[in-house]
Amino acid sequence: MRKERSVHPWIPNSAPRIRDEMLREIGASSIDELYELIPEPLRFKGKLNLPDPLPDEASLDRHMRNILGKNVSTAERLSFLGGGCAPHYVPAVCDWINQRSEFLTAYAGEPYEDHGRFQVLFEYASMIGDLVGMDAVSVPTYDGSQAAASALRMAGRITGRKKALIPEIINPDRRSIIGNYSDPKLEVDEIGYDERTGLLDVADLERKLGPEVAAVYFEVPGYLGTIEPDPTEITRLAHAAGALVVVGVDPISLGVLAAPADYGADIVVGELQPLGVQMQFGGGRGGFIATPDDERHISEYPLRLFGIAPTVDQKWGFGDVAWERTSFAKREGSKEFVGTMAALWGITAGVYLALMGPAGMRELGETILARAAYAAERLNGIPGVRAPRLRSPFFKEFTVDFSETGLTVAAINEQLLERGIFGGHDLSSPFPELVGCALYCVTEVHTKDDIDRLVGAVSEVVKEGR
Amino acid sequence: MRRFHQASWDEPIIHELSVPGERGILVPQVEEEIADAVGNPISRIPEALRRTEPPRLPGVSEHRVLQHYLRLSQETLGEHLNVDVGQGTCTMKYNPPINERFATSPKLTELHPFQDGSTVQGILEIMYKLDLFLREISGLERFSLQPGGGSHAIYAMACMVRAYFADRGEERDEVITTLFSHPSDAAAPRVKGFRPIVIPPDQDGLPDIGALKRAVSERTAALFITNPEDTGIFNPKIAEFTGIVHEAGGLCCYDQANANGILGITRAREAGFDMTFFNLHKTFASPHGCGGPGSGALGAAGKIAYYLPVPLVGYDAGQDRYFLDYDLPKSIGKVKDFCGVIPAIVRAYAWIMSLGEEGLRAVAETAVLNNNYLLHKLQKVRGMSAPFAPGRHRIEQVRYSFEELARDTGVHTTDIQRRVADFGAHYWTSHEPWYVPEPVTLEPTESYSKDELDEYARIIEQIVSEAYTDPDWVRTAPHRSTIGKVTDHSHFEDPGKWALTWRGYRKKYKGYFEPHEA
Repeated sequence: MRKERSVHPWIPNSAPRIRDEMLREIGASSIDELYELIPEPLRFKGKLNLPDPLPDEASLDRHMRNILGKNVSTAERLSFLGGGCAPHYVPAVCDWINQRSEFLTAYAGEPYEDHGRFQVLFEYASMIGDLVGMDAVSVPTYDGSQAAASALRMAGRITGRKKALIPEIINPDRRSIIGNYSDPKLEVDEIGYDERTGLLDVADLERKLGPEVAAVYFEVPGYLGTIEPDPTEITRLAHAAGALVVVGVDPISLGVLAAPADYGADIVVGELQPLGVQMQFGGGRGGFIATPDDERHISEYPLRLFGIAPTVDQKWGFGDVAWERTSFAKREGSKEFVGTMAALWGITAGVYLALMGPAGMRELGETILARAAYAAERLNGIPGVRAPRLRSPFFKEFTVDFSETGLTVAAINEQLLERGIFGGHDLSSPFPELVGCALYCVTEVHTKDDIDRLVGAVSEVVKEGR
Repeated sequence: MRRFHQASWDEPIIHELSVPGERGILVPQVEEEIADAVGNPISRIPEALRRTEPPRLPGVSEHRVLQHYLRLSQETLGEHLNVDVGQGTCTMKYNPPINERFATSPKLTELHPFQDGSTVQGILEIMYKLDLFLREISGLERFSLQPGGGSHAIYAMACMVRAYFADRGEERDEVITTLFSHPSDAAAPRVKGFRPIVIPPDQDGLPDIGALKRAVSERTAALFITNPEDTGIFNPKIAEFTGIVHEAGGLCCYDQANANGILGITRAREAGFDMTFFNLHKTFASPHGCGGPGSGALGAAGKIAYYLPVPLVGYDAGQDRYFLDYDLPKSIGKVKDFCGVIPAIVRAYAWIMSLGEEGLRAVAETAVLNNNYLLHKLQKVRGMSAPFAPGRHRIEQVRYSFEELARDTGVHTTDIQRRVADFGAHYWTSHEPWYVPEPVTLEPTESYSKDELDEYARIIEQIVSEAYTDPDWVRTAPHRSTIGKVTDHSHFEDPGKWALTWRGYRKKYKGYFEPHEA
């Protein structure tokens, strides 16, 4: 047994000899003296009830492996879960770059000692701009839901109006996040949908548009994978009523789907996770906001915007654009706020898009379209199973209706789990009108064999359940 | 002095590297049977939605992409590479690589948030236990790990404050913060419709308690305050502050984004706070990632905990099973997708497990020791001062002033900032407004050795000496960095000149910042 605890490797100056030397130099008799301003009643005198530490790295590693080992990941099973967090292949270069000490452990340095950080984030913004067809893109926000919520507040300020219309079919978490972020400045109302197709009910949109509506928000593809066939009509109606159009996209679709700027979007938002960011139990998130480069939009961004500038030695220099609009400068006079958000995933998305290029994005989109279509058609061939339940074009995700099988989605998923498959996300509780339906996500990571295996397993489960 | 030169690759913008036809990666092609069954996949898209013109992304081969990003990484000064005491308030401590092994384990990265609970017991256990640890460290009742950073946690607290008073039928629309608290303490509550009142510092640099007494009223919803503030001076009257606000019927929200100097020394509970948050990317050693992802773990006391965002993580002892707990009827709902920034949560858990209660205390004590050591050294530097609390010790950081140096030499804190880059270190001035003139905020944390602190002090001494002997050399810095100075700041302020993306640049300029003819 050791009598004295070793100096922790992460705290060099806790070594008693050094500590005493430093205290001597300061002219203090003890560490306690340095805390002289903390009054006695505020001093914590108890002992924090924490587990015995594992200061040696090997023991810590063992401990963490044991806990993490209790997880069973999508890499060990066959998963069709999506719903805002999707399995996409992460190129090795993406992880290689975001694990670099330089990027991983940097923070908020200046354009001189952190020139690289500024350039990669400028390039990230540039490539998102290429995808969505916009000239202004900010440094990432927390996630796609925050991007949508922030864009609606921006639209509220730009138009001076007090209401946002969002689709009734939307990720329930995103609905809650938008609701929280809008209240009390912006009223949120929902646009109904066609029960057969899941598409926006344009007549309902027309009814709800009015002089108080700041923004119409819709998603391409929608939360349940559906693609609006005529977004131009939606943007025309919104603009005619003086509202801005905020479009939420899945950026991975934009090699094959039109850039939202082309059908009249004023602000484009989305989630970065598909672009080379690991799922991480839903922890790998970043959101982007993109607009035209005009003062009306730029002055309403709450986020940092990096711009390019000449240097005295004729190189590319960078810096913050319109810094004075941010909460760092404006504090209690600011619009929204800025802080530590998701820069590393912005850098990663940039690496991803640089690797993919225009050809990669197009081919990837085609592969996803084809595999998802194949999966839906095969599932639809199983007696009692209908796919897609919402009859409209779709990308990456689609609804599967099991209600005629007499089995609940929960029961089916339990059976699939036993067969090593994570079935689609159960929509029964978030969408009562879709009881018995699940959301299946099929991407480039799913091979034909994977899909056939799923179809085989579902057929078996359904047959046994009859 | 270290003879440093930053990497300077003169690397083009990625779009300039584009060679039509080059590929950085190939993607899986569909199997023949699928192709036969499905036909042309594009035909599945409604015509109006088909992309007719490919996105103008660069086409670059894999090695060149890797090279490009590695070169740019070399032009970025991460904590791992420098004595990172120059970004005060940010707690730039050592980010142990062992934690990256956990954060990048496929057992974590390949988890989907909708997986069956039986398959995610490991991550739920970590979340549950981190909640328990943070309860100990704060003395509060329960933590949500959902907010994605400190400002986000402030915003979430404001959501909870609003929900709490809505429940009670009280209309309270003002929040109180202080000038030396983080700007987001004033900005984020505004999103929830609160009007911030800012308490100025008194002569001692502490928030003026008289001003607080005058500010509170039946309209006061909450106090949002840091302690110690950016000055590093602990506010000994903090319990009186929370008492005054409680007396007026308001709630007290503690901004402990940075709690590095007081772990195990003093807690939110004893100071009377109803809510607090810890930045896992500051105090708890999760790396800052060039500006996120971070995590603002949000704790609440007593009945206020019922308002936390869902889901929390529960534990069913009977079944020995962790589960996502949505059963919080007063919850504000969601502020962020899914369950928060999982890698930061895992790193914070591992970091605490490595240190334990004695280790956490050693972190705090050493951070304070290091700070006072550096203060002691820098107080002797000509033209530099540490306003407020003369002769007293500070907690984890100090906001210094170069007012005298600027007056003597015409060299400003922003000039010094650029010159520090020449020595391979950071130097951050301070949050605005610059109440302390010509400010710089230094926070040594527990991570750096005495020799390293001496090195940072030598850098400051060297630049100050230059300011007095050759001020132009400092004013024209940097001289050994990636790039030279940007002198024309209109590119950041003039809408006709700024460019926020490469496509935006190409629309405004041809060649090197040569405007297109009007």
